[in-house]
Amino acid sequence: MSSIHIQGGRLIDPANDIDETLDLWLQDGKVLAVGAPPKGFSPNQVIDATGKVVCPGIIDLGVHLREPGQEHKGTICSEARAAAKGGITTLICMPDTLPVIDTPAVWELIRRRAKACGTARVLAIGALTQSLEGEQLAEMSALKQAGCVAVSNTRRRMANTLVSRHALEYASTFDLPVLLCSEDPHLKAGGCMHEGAVASRLGLPGIPAAAETVAVARDLALTEHTGCRSHFHTLSTGRAIEMIRQARQDGARISAGVAIHQLFLMDTDVDGFNAACHVDPPLRTQSDRDRLRKAVSEGDIQVICSDHQPHEADAKTEPFPLTAPGISGLETLLPLSLKLVEEGVLDLATAIAALSAGPARVLDLPLGRLDPGRSADICIFDPEAIWELRPGEMASQGKNTPFSGWEFRGQVTHTLFEGRITWSKDS
Amino acid sequence: MNAQIEQTDAQGRLRHFLSIEGFRREQLERILDTAESFAMLPGRQVKKVPLLRGKIITNLFFENSTRTRTTFELAAKLLSADVINFNVNVSATAKGETLLDTLRNIEAMHSDMFVVRHSASGAAHFIARHAAPGVSVINAGDGRHAHPTQAMLDMFTIRRHKGDFTPLRVAIVGDIQHSRVARSQIMALNILGVTEVRVIAPRTLLPADVRSLGVHVYHDLDQGLEDVDVVIMLRLQKERMDNALLPSEHEYFQLYGLTGERLKRARPDAIVMHPGPINRGVEIASEVADGPQSVILQQVSYGIAVRMAVMSMALGGGAGEQQT
Repeated sequence: MSSIHIQGGRLIDPANDIDETLDLWLQDGKVLAVGAPPKGFSPNQVIDATGKVVCPGIIDLGVHLREPGQEHKGTICSEARAAAKGGITTLICMPDTLPVIDTPAVWELIRRRAKACGTARVLAIGALTQSLEGEQLAEMSALKQAGCVAVSNTRRRMANTLVSRHALEYASTFDLPVLLCSEDPHLKAGGCMHEGAVASRLGLPGIPAAAETVAVARDLALTEHTGCRSHFHTLSTGRAIEMIRQARQDGARISAGVAIHQLFLMDTDVDGFNAACHVDPPLRTQSDRDRLRKAVSEGDIQVICSDHQPHEADAKTEPFPLTAPGISGLETLLPLSLKLVEEGVLDLATAIAALSAGPARVLDLPLGRLDPGRSADICIFDPEAIWELRPGEMASQGKNTPFSGWEFRGQVTHTLFEGRITWSKDS
Repeated sequence: MNAQIEQTDAQGRLRHFLSIEGFRREQLERILDTAESFAMLPGRQVKKVPLLRGKIITNLFFENSTRTRTTFELAAKLLSADVINFNVNVSATAKGETLLDTLRNIEAMHSDMFVVRHSASGAAHFIARHAAPGVSVINAGDGRHAHPTQAMLDMFTIRRHKGDFTPLRVAIVGDIQHSRVARSQIMALNILGVTEVRVIAPRTLLPADVRSLGVHVYHDLDQGLEDVDVVIMLRLQKERMDNALLPSEHEYFQLYGLTGERLKRARPDAIVMHPGPINRGVEIASEVADGPQSVILQQVSYGIAVRMAVMSMALGGGAGEQQT
């Protein structure tokens, strides 16, 4: 079997509190040793990581894979390749494929296809309700046995609060974490951007901040009532953060995540009807953005994700309200996170933790850390390399990004998944 | 591809007319001056001129509107342009043809100008962004965003009656939230330098952060009308009751309907405007709509001159000015 020596890099492994120049030895897809060389080990490959950062492969919690059902937007293989290019080794996919992941059979199809592609681990979040229709519970026990690591109803609406209550209770029976995309569909109405001065000027139907806060308040109450393990996915408002912070201080077993674009863009970026900035939940105000940034640095938000949603060009080529929301985000997740470090918002270890150990802890995954015996899922990046994002060069099938032309410092040079090099900048 | 669309060329000449936003005072005044030259032509209001002979103007309407389309059509014909009317059945586009497909098809007919109405905010900008170079786009109303020619004909009406904009207080009454006309009027009035723009409506009919548009907010009609020079009434759509934004037409008229008695709060020489079509007894009493201070019907006839001005300036590079 393969054996690799990663030499001379700055190893950052937040789960083990490591940040120093240490070598790594990998064998048979696992980490064999950290720091001191194992006896009698002769690697058949050496990666020179001098001047580079070596960290756990990124775990992207909550990506929208388009296969099965919407292969014109992306396939498991195309997106798994994009993941490898972005230093991501684990994609945790949302259940809103077509058909939805509400039976083990759909998940089995995705699992097999992902295995055949082989460039990233794909894990699944099962549906909370059948067909995500919000009415009848999905067979969560079967989904868990088949390997689903959590359940979610995505952003689809639940029929009523009673169904939500029962769904959370039932999930907690099997200790399945529930990924909540808290949003009141009535307050959202036909909105397509943050309700505020920009929406008022552009005449675009707004989504008030209350659409999120009302639902977060309800879901916090239901979480407390049911004892469910809730993860509040892709938050957008500062007020929701305050509520979640308070609930955590009161001892609630909850976690929270944010999409990386929410830490950079604001509703003002929509000006000029910029469909690349049409996302759901919408980009909000500068004070929301700043509050979200603070929450990541203070640990109230444990997960940064890409909320990856690849689209074909046509889906974004319509008048703004008619365009599909979402950003193809796999390849900008790490670069933007490094920009937060550059801007002094986060230290490097916190940023890496929010991309690896954080999501692993939320879902109890034995991943996102590099102690001996763990899967050799590794991201190596050159923290000084400067490059510019050009959508045409993206590996994802979806080129829908608002970050076209942005200059980044820090570029992935190698991605290793289960000890195999799945991306190398020079090859 | 998401760069802001420039509405004027490097020499400051009109290319597109998508929104009032971004224009300077002199540019808006030039449109009004040009419209004045058409309105003053001898004969019955406006006479046919050969300015756009050989030009093809396509009315591209994705939303039903007989009135607006007709005034654009008449304006184009009075400029001697050839007019194609393209009423796109929205249900047909829902079956798969995208707006871009529709646009490409019509472009094959070599139009020089699209006059666009669409239910989605930003649709006119979208078409301007994707239309072939050299094709002008005039926004005839997009969603809740903008209806710049309507706003300019309202400005024209105000100028005709009041002369100078700067001392004026203008009140806009009614459903600001869903009104593209109101948004364009507010922008135009502020650019033209009026003393004060007021909006008068219940909270449910005002957009978020409405003050950021540059207006003073009143919820009480009597207070809001105090000392104003111009009263602009907006049409109330019936569906506002269904969406629980208002309890009833009856209560709306009690609170916000313009009656002769209420109009006395405004300055004695105040004019009353309405973009039409009016709902008598809902937002405006007949005694006011048909009364001496009403200029509603003049607005309609000025609409033709203003649209002629915009079309000739966008296609002829200020051709209208040669008339003055």
